Amino acid sequence: MMNPLLPLLVAIPLAGAFLTMIIGRFIPGIPRYMALATLLLLTFISIWLLVEGGTASSVYTMGGWEPVDGVPIGLYLIHDGFSALVLCIISVIGLLSVTYSISYMARYTSENYFYSLFCLMIAGMNGVVLSGDIFNIFVFLEISAISSYALVAFGVEKNELEATLKYQVLGAVASFMVLFAIGFIYWSAKTLNIADIRTAFSEGGQGNNYILIQILLLTGFGLKAAIIPFHAWLPDAHSSAPSPISAMLSGVLIKAVGIYVILRLFFNMFEITEGMAILITTLGALSMAVGVFLAIGQWDLKRLLAYHSISQMGYVIMSAGIGMILMARGLRSEIAALAITGGIFHMLNHAAFKGLLFLNAGAIEYSAGTRDLRQMGGLAKSMPFTSSTSLAASLSISGIPPFNGFFSKLIIIVAAVMGRFYFLAALAAIVSIITLASFMKFQRYAFYNKEQAKFNKEIREVPVPMLLSMITLAVICLLLSLLALPGIRETVLSPATDILMDQAKYSSQITGM
Amino acid sequence: MTVIVKKTTQLIAGIVFLYGIYIILHGHLTPGGGFAGGVILAGSFILLILAFGSDFLHLLREERGSTIYENLAILAFLLLALSGFLAGAGIFFANWLPHGTPGELVSAGFLPLYNIFVGIEVAASILTIFLALVIFKEEILK
Repeated sequence: MMNPLLPLLVAIPLAGAFLTMIIGRFIPGIPRYMALATLLLLTFISIWLLVEGGTASSVYTMGGWEPVDGVPIGLYLIHDGFSALVLCIISVIGLLSVTYSISYMARYTSENYFYSLFCLMIAGMNGVVLSGDIFNIFVFLEISAISSYALVAFGVEKNELEATLKYQVLGAVASFMVLFAIGFIYWSAKTLNIADIRTAFSEGGQGNNYILIQILLLTGFGLKAAIIPFHAWLPDAHSSAPSPISAMLSGVLIKAVGIYVILRLFFNMFEITEGMAILITTLGALSMAVGVFLAIGQWDLKRLLAYHSISQMGYVIMSAGIGMILMARGLRSEIAALAITGGIFHMLNHAAFKGLLFLNAGAIEYSAGTRDLRQMGGLAKSMPFTSSTSLAASLSISGIPPFNGFFSKLIIIVAAVMGRFYFLAALAAIVSIITLASFMKFQRYAFYNKEQAKFNKEIREVPVPMLLSMITLAVICLLLSLLALPGIRETVLSPATDILMDQAKYSSQITGM
Repeated sequence: MTVIVKKTTQLIAGIVFLYGIYIILHGHLTPGGGFAGGVILAGSFILLILAFGSDFLHLLREERGSTIYENLAILAFLLLALSGFLAGAGIFFANWLPHGTPGELVSAGFLPLYNIFVGIEVAASILTIFLALVIFKEEILK
């Protein structure tokens, strides 16, 4: 049974983007509400799919092209436990960012361009997450990447333009790598459908270029996910963008087009080999450790947060890598499942608290007009809501119970210890402590230090729409820790782990239709 | 530009335009299609602008028009895809029009319609990019 809601997840934001461009030209002030309505609809659909879909996966064939002799032709949209979670992240963080933008973007011009590009970015990410065809992933990847280039440069000042140029050049290198790898795949497997590629590869189609394809894809999507040797663009791009866009980029984009695709391809498309698994684990551990050391010395608030994104994504990659190593060795699959669950859970949590932290940074910039931690101080009195929500987010990211970050880090560390990766477990704990240190620095300098006399104006709390999205995200940060409870974990997180662990299941649901 | 260039352009532009339309309409039968034809269509406009020049305000107005055409074409494309959704029992991009005889100009159901809107979209967006670059240069010179 095909689920007719799946193509709507791509079609609605596309329609929203182009309608905004036309109607926004004639009626000023309406684009923000159109974007809000679009995102509300998407949030509703994606949560409905998560709740109603449950463990079952659904496959949608575009234009009704059925497989011929078990060989899939045409474009497929696939919705399973893992993509359902990522779709929910995209829509929820997107909705809250749009709500926040209503006040925040009032200082900028060309409102209709902003909301139109925002909807396009959402459409691209939804497409990447849903697509079951590797070339289609590339197309949607470009849609989201190009709109994010434009959004990073939205302020059109010197810094923004420099950051977006860097982002574009490295993004183009990434796209080139991905396209090159897709060319190799098409050459050796004669197909572009992910499930079919897997069948072709496992039937002995693995030529000498099999490792080259894996390395190219890991590099390409690693650039998008900003794993450590490929991270150069992220601190500039994420700190120069307008704050709601930073929240989208850090909270959602690097996951949807980076981490998600890496996990999907390396678990469901390629055979897991031990060498590749060790490489991925090393990259993850490296970005986890180096990212946090780069972060702690920063004085620019948004730059500090951006480096922490690299470090936290390291946790996700590392725990998925531990799962891959255990699966490649073929032993103790329940620990592999635990590690992968921890990674996915941390990905969800990171979307919530990093989105919130960037929104907090935007609120401080909105009221105090600075991003430099040394020029802030004593904001806790004048901005109570911003202060308390950012405290919640800082505690989450540093892994203090009862916030969500604690539980996911705990699962990751426990899985590492049980899998006998003692060094990685210790590293994860140490990185978490350094994270706590750098967020104590943020809290102290921004909110609790002596008040700086430099502010010419009186600092006031930000407008209601901004407060609304910050408080909602803080509540989500608390609620997400419920996912660690046994009863709830099985219904939400386990389907995602199952689809990644059960390699035959992903392909059989498409070819066996 | 000189009279010779202007006159030649006037003669050629119409033919280029017609050729673009030919490529778009035969998209489902011959090589080419919406994208290639759209580029040729935009080429004829760009040729005219290059030969005759255009004042700044005029360019701005033209850019506004081409942007609107671009958005409308995409929306029309989406509507066509959605029509399959509504008519073909929930299948996006369903080709529910009669397919006709293969090889005829009017055949293949929705494909020629998709090609036409892709052609308009590509022509309008390439013209918009060209105009944006020209307008940017004019603004720098000011």
